[in-house]
Amino acid sequence: MENKKINTAQQLYVRKQKTQKCLVILFRVLSLVLFVCLWEWASRNEVIDSFIFSSPSEIADCFLRMAKDHSIFQHVGVTLGETLLSFGLSIVIGLLAAVLLWSAKGIARVLEPYLVVLNSLPKSALAPLLIVWLGANTRTIIVVGVSLAVFGTILNLYTGFLEVDKEQVKLIYTLGGGKRHALSKVIIPSTVPLLVSVMKVNIGLSLVGVVIGEFLAADAGLGYLIIYGSQVFQLNLVMTGIIILCVIALVLYQGIAFLEKRINR
Amino acid sequence: MGALLQFEDVNFAYHSMDGETPVLSDLSFQVEEREFLSIVGPSGCGKSTILSLIAGLMEPETGSIFFPAQKEQKKSVIIGYMLQKDHLFEWRTIINNVTLGLEIRHMKTKENVRKAEELLEKYGLGKFKKSRPSQLSGGMRQRAALIRTLVLEPELLLLDEPFSALDYQTRLSVGDDIGTIIRKEKKTAVLVTHDLSEAISLGTRVLVLSNRPARVVCDIALDFDEKLTPLEKRNDPQFQAYFQKIWKELNKSGE
Repeated sequence: MENKKINTAQQLYVRKQKTQKCLVILFRVLSLVLFVCLWEWASRNEVIDSFIFSSPSEIADCFLRMAKDHSIFQHVGVTLGETLLSFGLSIVIGLLAAVLLWSAKGIARVLEPYLVVLNSLPKSALAPLLIVWLGANTRTIIVVGVSLAVFGTILNLYTGFLEVDKEQVKLIYTLGGGKRHALSKVIIPSTVPLLVSVMKVNIGLSLVGVVIGEFLAADAGLGYLIIYGSQVFQLNLVMTGIIILCVIALVLYQGIAFLEKRINR
Repeated sequence: MGALLQFEDVNFAYHSMDGETPVLSDLSFQVEEREFLSIVGPSGCGKSTILSLIAGLMEPETGSIFFPAQKEQKKSVIIGYMLQKDHLFEWRTIINNVTLGLEIRHMKTKENVRKAEELLEKYGLGKFKKSRPSQLSGGMRQRAALIRTLVLEPELLLLDEPFSALDYQTRLSVGDDIGTIIRKEKKTAVLVTHDLSEAISLGTRVLVLSNRPARVVCDIALDFDEKLTPLEKRNDPQFQAYFQKIWKELNKSGE
């Protein structure tokens, strides 16, 4: 009897939580639908100028047209490829540099102010310079993407390495290990959660960097599509590009979040 | 039985931009084989520093620390070190935590891993071999930490207030466990603590240190019945007498 009572209270709680979750999802979808309908209605009834603000139906139309001649897939593919490549490079270079700084604290002390400056510098300011140095090509775009993310990665990971419990490192030494063991057995494993959160930031930053790069030095990709659309005043094209970028950002972020769940399990 | 470890006129100081803090001054003592030496002293008197020096994590400024047997037989003495916290890594299972030292020393053979498993089994952790540290109680974690040092077969065990992170009740029973384990495995041990009861119940000899810079104030051999466990010693009539004596010495040195 008693047991049953507890059970129903538990069931009630679970049901309440589930209902709340469903409601949140429902309102998320509803608010999106409402926004899209309002936009469509406003542009059809000329509340807003559909030439400047475009409209959902025109964007869909534009997307379908580009899907038919496959050009949209090419642009998406180029941007996605460049983003993933610069993301990967920013993580690998950032991790290696942080390990180097940790192993040679003297170098770290000397370089710290320069890293801080490079991290705070708006990297878009470097892009025109990079075009001159490296040419208007994919390489430049990837370097811009990497440059946006890599300095923050180095600083974050290095600080994370320093914040690892000194006693845990001491444990390694008491077990007869050296600096190499401290790094591989304690420092790196205990900063995995930090690495994942750095990855979450970096995937977004790489996308930003790549789009900036494509604005300036590309003949394909979503950044190119957006800048081209604005130059020929085809704002449907610009809007289509932006919406696809939203979707890509969401998918990439969710990918990392999925990875995080796998690691924490 | 001879001395396993010898401290001779050891001096040590910490340095910072604000100045020098002498920690040990002309400290001399020795640790006999198979004995359990408890070192007590006021907090901050440099007790932990002594252990770090023995373990070779730091070097004395002057004086020497040596293992007489090592000089004769030209082999290095393996030292096990137990820290205040267990520092079991959450990303490793218990068995992988326990074999961490073996991994580092490239001794993770099948045979040694089996030995680690036997030790876990023997001291009631067999079922938790594949568990994560967070699934274990504080006392079990401390036992796992001890096994992590024991699998390396150290000739000398250093214990740096290994029970201070535990609540009082667990502290008593884990102290009892670990004292018994160390005696069973026939190890030489040096325990550093500020808890006099712990020092007396676990040790076979107590070294009382003065305030910083630490000197030896007195050296008291404890003469309990060998069969008594640490917990039983606490109820022994001699216990109070030792406690009073050491308490007096400590206060004298504090003045």
